[in-house]
Amino acid sequence: MSIAIDIVYIVSAVLFIFGLKMLSAPHSARLGNLLSALGMLLAVVVTLFHKGILTYQWIITGLAVGGIIGVFSARLVAMTSMPQMVALFNGFGGIASLLVGWAVYSINPLLPLLQIITIILSVFIGGITFTGSMLAFMKLNRLVSGKPIMFRGQRLVNGVIILGIIMFAVFFGLAPAFSSVYFLIFLGLSLLFGIMFVLPIGGADMPVVISLLNSFSGLAAAATGFVINNNILIVAGSLVGASGVILTNIMCKAMNRSLFNVLFSGFGAVTGTAGQSEISGEAKSISAADAFFILEAAQSIVIVPGYGLAVAQAQHAVKELADLLEANGARVRYAIHPVAGRMPGHMNVLLAEANVSYDQLATMDSINPSMPTVDVAMVIGANDVVNPAAREQKNSPIYGMPIINADEAKTVIILKRSLAPGFSGVPNPLFYKENTRMLFGDAKSGVEQLIAQFKDMPA
Amino acid sequence: MIIFLLFILLLAIFLGFELISKVPSTLHTPLMSGSNAISGITLVGALTTAGTDVNGWVTIVLGVLAVVFATINVVGGYLVTDRMLRMFTKKEPTKK
Repeated sequence: MSIAIDIVYIVSAVLFIFGLKMLSAPHSARLGNLLSALGMLLAVVVTLFHKGILTYQWIITGLAVGGIIGVFSARLVAMTSMPQMVALFNGFGGIASLLVGWAVYSINPLLPLLQIITIILSVFIGGITFTGSMLAFMKLNRLVSGKPIMFRGQRLVNGVIILGIIMFAVFFGLAPAFSSVYFLIFLGLSLLFGIMFVLPIGGADMPVVISLLNSFSGLAAAATGFVINNNILIVAGSLVGASGVILTNIMCKAMNRSLFNVLFSGFGAVTGTAGQSEISGEAKSISAADAFFILEAAQSIVIVPGYGLAVAQAQHAVKELADLLEANGARVRYAIHPVAGRMPGHMNVLLAEANVSYDQLATMDSINPSMPTVDVAMVIGANDVVNPAAREQKNSPIYGMPIINADEAKTVIILKRSLAPGFSGVPNPLFYKENTRMLFGDAKSGVEQLIAQFKDMPA
Repeated sequence: MIIFLLFILLLAIFLGFELISKVPSTLHTPLMSGSNAISGITLVGALTTAGTDVNGWVTIVLGVLAVVFATINVVGGYLVTDRMLRMFTKKEPTKK
């Protein structure tokens, strides 16, 4: 029977591999996800025949409760809240790894050193994944401030925590049978470290953090695989770990920053004042009626969406406006920056929800060369990703970050609530340029006013 | 045994890097939530621990909680990914 289980695990592993491969191409993505789900189902079902499983009442209870919660949360979550959801699921995967490690220890504390080491790893990685993801979730959901939280002596505190983790892990490893207190302290410190690790990271860096935590959740599963000697956990876990690292890397590149810099510098908190003095001129506000005349005359329009679009849930309104513009004879494209929003690909998901056609979406690299020929660049709820300071001001903290060159368009209309700087804390000179007009207000109400103007237009 | 497992770990990591080195940015979110669902494979470990019929309530509570959390991760992760991917593909037939 055990051999049969292992063979099914191999099939599952193959399904995961093909599933991931297909997930990375648009036409096969959905089937890929289904294959990977099938692999998971096979692995779970066959595990139920494991000879070590003697009672089923708790398993069924757990599966039922978790399944119901999973179905409802997946159905009910709004597309704009997807980053929170992924953070939450990440955390759940992490805590599950921690609990399995802990349970194995509580079943039999008299384990060989090698297995104790794997338990330590499983609990540690699972623990930081859990609390780190929970804090990321709260930051994204605005339950706590999205700003980086720094305090004096933070590095010292972190150092002490790491030292404590190592110390108690060693104490525990030396005599596991008599060290359940040391184990619990070690577990608590691991959880604490997860919080400390996400605390100094600001809202705009969340795409990086979520990718990284995604990677961690895979590594935690792999560590758990070592604890219970299970190949499929190791294979699946390390696949996810590797894919998370790749996404993390893409995100870092898109911000022209190293992972180290993202994790330890607390961006917005330390650099808020630099580069402020060089902005001159006055921001020119515009009414919806005047913005309508500009748009009505435009032949080529590029929409640059950002996090503000997600917050205001304006994706459907934007699509409606774009349809009206197209009906009016203009060419409408969407320019999407790799880190726009709060997770990788966030804007793409929202626009897909609003039924925006795939071929209208342009990446930063493909749109920038044609920017000077664009009549109107409409920036909706984006800020740092169109900040020309990244290109022009060498002393700016975001200098070097690749941006969408919205400022090169003939006219720029910015829908935004205020002139406040974005999450980077860097003021945006684009707001004050000669060819820029500000349409103040919530992204959604702004777009809806424009739609109303179009509908009033005499045919 | 441990060497064998480390060997598997290493190969799987390299495979993971190779598999998704080039992903269009449109698919970043679904890829992330889809791979996140795969990390719910911990469920397999949770099942074996929750099913062991020994040792009082601590083990039982830990095992059941592990099953619950891992199941949410798996079920929610796959469903939400499918929901997103459905949005990406649904407009294909209507295109001219």
